[in-house]
Amino acid sequence: MANSAVMGSATAGTSVSSGAIEQYNYDIVKKFALMALFWGIAGMTAGTYIASELAWPFLNFDIAQITFGRLRPLHTSGVIFGFGGNALFATSYYIVQRTCQTRLWGSGLANFTFWGWNAAIAIAGVGYLLGITQGREYAEPEWYVDLLITVVWVAYFLIYTMTLLKRNQPHIYVANWFFMSFILATALLHIFNNLAVPVSFLGIKSYSLFSGAQDAMTQWWYGHNAVGFFLTAAFLGMMYYFVPKQAGRPVYSYRLSIIHFWALSFMYMWVGTHHLHWTAIPDWTSTLAATFSIMLLMPSWGGMINGIMTLSGAWDKLRSDPIMMFLITSLSFYGMSTFEGPMMSLKSVNALSHYTDWTVGHVHSGALGWVAMVTFGSFYHLIPKLWNTTIYSVKLIYVHFFLATIGILLYITALWVSGIGQGLMLRAFDEYGNLAYSFIETVAFMHGPLVARAVAGIFFVAGILLMTYNVWMTIAKRETLRSTATSAAKA
Amino acid sequence: MMKHESIETNAALLIIFTLVAISIGGLVEVVPLFYIEGTVEDVKNADGKDAVRPYTPLEQLGRDIYTREGCYLCHSQMIRPFRDEALRYGHYSLAAESQYDHPFQWGSKRTGPDLARVGGKYSSAWHVKHLTAPRSVVPESIMPNYPWLNENDLDTGDIAAKMATLKAVGVPYSLTKIEYDANVEKFGESVAKKLDINMAEKNLMEQAKLGNYDGNPDKLSEMDALVAYLQVLGTMVDFSKHDEAEFVKFR
Ligand code: HEC
Repeated sequence: MANSAVMGSATAGTSVSSGAIEQYNYDIVKKFALMALFWGIAGMTAGTYIASELAWPFLNFDIAQITFGRLRPLHTSGVIFGFGGNALFATSYYIVQRTCQTRLWGSGLANFTFWGWNAAIAIAGVGYLLGITQGREYAEPEWYVDLLITVVWVAYFLIYTMTLLKRNQPHIYVANWFFMSFILATALLHIFNNLAVPVSFLGIKSYSLFSGAQDAMTQWWYGHNAVGFFLTAAFLGMMYYFVPKQAGRPVYSYRLSIIHFWALSFMYMWVGTHHLHWTAIPDWTSTLAATFSIMLLMPSWGGMINGIMTLSGAWDKLRSDPIMMFLITSLSFYGMSTFEGPMMSLKSVNALSHYTDWTVGHVHSGALGWVAMVTFGSFYHLIPKLWNTTIYSVKLIYVHFFLATIGILLYITALWVSGIGQGLMLRAFDEYGNLAYSFIETVAFMHGPLVARAVAGIFFVAGILLMTYNVWMTIAKRETLRSTATSAAKA
Repeated sequence: MMKHESIETNAALLIIFTLVAISIGGLVEVVPLFYIEGTVEDVKNADGKDAVRPYTPLEQLGRDIYTREGCYLCHSQMIRPFRDEALRYGHYSLAAESQYDHPFQWGSKRTGPDLARVGGKYSSAWHVKHLTAPRSVVPESIMPNYPWLNENDLDTGDIAAKMATLKAVGVPYSLTKIEYDANVEKFGESVAKKLDINMAEKNLMEQAKLGNYDGNPDKLSEMDALVAYLQVLGTMVDFSKHDEAEFVKFR
């Protein structure tokens, strides 16, 4: 019975006529979606640029604002909060309306979340270039930006909850559970991790409330759960809506989605400490984190299987539907990185992988392979729906798919070589028991893979540029259609 | 028994149960570290004073430049207990050594080597040359040049306010006589003097002059502060005076 409700909501709207479009607030979804593309291009270009700086350091050009250390937070904030965040706002606002069959609550407030969120990223981003940072990875924005984010987030929570409350469907569809868990967890993480005392009320500088080992624990509790809830749970929400929609069938197993949800929400919060293996924190925390990391493989793969099996009986779509190719490939990368992650959280593997490019490669198999790919797939489905038209070019979607896939594969492979290679070199001894390599020898060794990685970035950026062109033309086509229709009506 | 359906049909229940599910991990793992004694070792010198002290005003400003430039994105400050790291960097890092670090700068990526014990490894002149143009001393280096550190005057204006803020988050800088006396007790007199906020500006100038870190005695540059910071890293605990067993029990 529950199953049919899910099916009902997941397929609701296929028959929505143009009159029903005003029933939903699509305007806000459009804004967020286009902004996601903007930040995607900015953030990924910054990423490719800093990757090139590592391959060819002259690219720092002795300009303080664009040196690696200042540009790197712009890359991470740009892609995580800019691209990822705007994509999540867009899809969550869309999904909650469609699955609850009601209009988004509070359109003024929703507009505030749009301007507030993007102002926060822009202010933080310009700040990084000027050297304004909290100096904690992925939590670099200074205290005043953190406050703005907090206010935006409370508004987001309010909008989401109120929309759920006025739903015209008895059940809250599973995608919304994931979004809700993402909203709650992000609030918790953001607030506790950013506790800091400003040097002066009008000044920009602050010092974190915690120090040393405790600061490290809080930071990686935040850092890994930003991955867990921002980059995983929320994007699973996206997956649980758009995969069934695009496949035209209900979620494979409803029961599995329940287990998936609760296990994931519970377990993720334990695993952050695997970023601190072998460091100056008590051993028990790191053992506990490793244990939970291994267990996390199960719900993760449960979710992946649930997504992929949704396609069962329609496997031909993998060949004929490029949107489906994006979605299923994203799930495959999700499966791969949630296997690689637990493996790297084993202390013995971590001893080698930590501090090397292997970790960077792992993050990108998740961030590009899973997060970006599922977003691309969802957007190709969503954008024509929002503008009530069809996509400008299906062929370009195929091209984008291949550019992105080649880019990711090259990226991961290059960093496996560079990371594992460096890890092995650093721990190699010669026959007398001395270190076999100096540090700088490992740096020289990595040049080749780092060049390949920068090239991989160019592939990926080319893909999103192509997508933006396709989206642009889709909207332009729609506008010409509309204006000819109105002039025809007038005539 | 409660059916899952009641959660699916009730937003409030969904929110409450989710909050419970996501709170437990952090409560069990992170919160205890603030209370369990021994998370941070108590390391004493032979005279019974604390080995690890807060940064001097000049070092702290250098540390602020270190975070500003994002050095932590290429360098770790956390040596792990492995043979190769011992040979390359020295004794593994103790929690005590970063106890006054707001924020911590352990790092997560070693594009360059670990810096936890770089203090005293090179001369200050080497650091200046290296930071200005790394490839002039290490040809294969991929570290950016930081020439502006020599050119920029060090902004010392808000050093007292910064120290007061750090004091508010728990670093034992002193403002009052009582606090100063407590520091004499804890760190010894010569260190206590450096931690006195009332003397911040004077102490800073003195250290910069005496250390002449940037090689230019006429100028107080950002380079002075950054090199002063680099030169103190990892030098506070003298491991030759400690028994290994003393630290192992904390792990
Ligand atoms: C793009 C990454 C990168 C950034 C950013 C970076 N470094 Fe480096 N650093 C390196 C590399 C690579 C080396 C090894 C080669 C060399 O000695 O230049 C290195 C070496 C060093 C060394 C010598 C360590 C030793 O034991 O030989 C010091 C000291 C140092 N860096 C300080 C800094 C400081 C301070 C900053 C910030 C102002 C910084 N680095 C920013 C990459 C970086």
